Amino acid sequence: MEIVELLTANNIIFVLLSMVILAGGLLSVLTEKLMHAAFYLFLTLVGIAGLYLHMNYEFLAAAQLSVYAGGILMLFIFAIVLVHRIGENSESVSCKKKGWAAIASFSGAVLVLATLFIYGNFANCPAADAFTESEVNMKLIGTTLLGTGKNQYLLPFEATGILLLACIIGALVIANKEKEEK
Amino acid sequence: MIPVEFYLVVSTLLFFIGVFGFIARKNLVGVLMSIELILNAVNINFVAFNRYLFPGQLEGYIYSLFVIVVAAAETAVAIAIIMNIYRRKGNETVNSIKELKN
Repeated sequence: MEIVELLTANNIIFVLLSMVILAGGLLSVLTEKLMHAAFYLFLTLVGIAGLYLHMNYEFLAAAQLSVYAGGILMLFIFAIVLVHRIGENSESVSCKKKGWAAIASFSGAVLVLATLFIYGNFANCPAADAFTESEVNMKLIGTTLLGTGKNQYLLPFEATGILLLACIIGALVIANKEKEEK
Repeated sequence: MIPVEFYLVVSTLLFFIGVFGFIARKNLVGVLMSIELILNAVNINFVAFNRYLFPGQLEGYIYSLFVIVVAAAETAVAIAIIMNIYRRKGNETVNSIKELKN
């Protein structure tokens, strides 16, 4: 294929987004200061939201942005500020441990990628030119999430509600200061 | 159009970046961040497969929504546990929890 044909807007956006995602993830893992790691994690999460938007899944991108980049990252920053002494590099990980971690993750990645390209058969995978045609509307998402029929997910939805309630109570109980100990 | 393999490559690399952080980090908050990276990599896979293989259905889509919700719940509880550990031990590294070792 000609290089000019590859330079469509779609491909350029995908390459940029995946570079943002991977660079953010790598820096977030490698940086010494936890606050910087949180910022790089934010870059990764926003890049993934962009990837969802690129696949025309608007609601999922909005959920990713609001729950991950808005909620979970705020929790992380709160935890870092409350628990961690700012300006102090806590990471004094031995080089040996880092080396073993690098070897393990690198060999795992090579193994998975080799399996993907040797045994993966995506030739009959439909080339999704229909990205713009098959837009997911909110009504379909709502009936899928709250219906009781086949391939509809009311029961997991309710179970998630119970999980969230249990999680709120559990977090409150765990984080509660026990005064009688003092 | 972008073939589905490219999404899989991105998600594989992100997954193993997360695995590296999970092993190499010493701080509990850092370990938790690496878990978020791993969960996001899995989410990319779900969404890409749903988009390319079954564009008319929403299985992977809904599944990744549930993954996001469960990740939020897990993070809240884990941060509560980390704060409790910090209050008792004074630091928040992985090595500070070893009551069950002996």
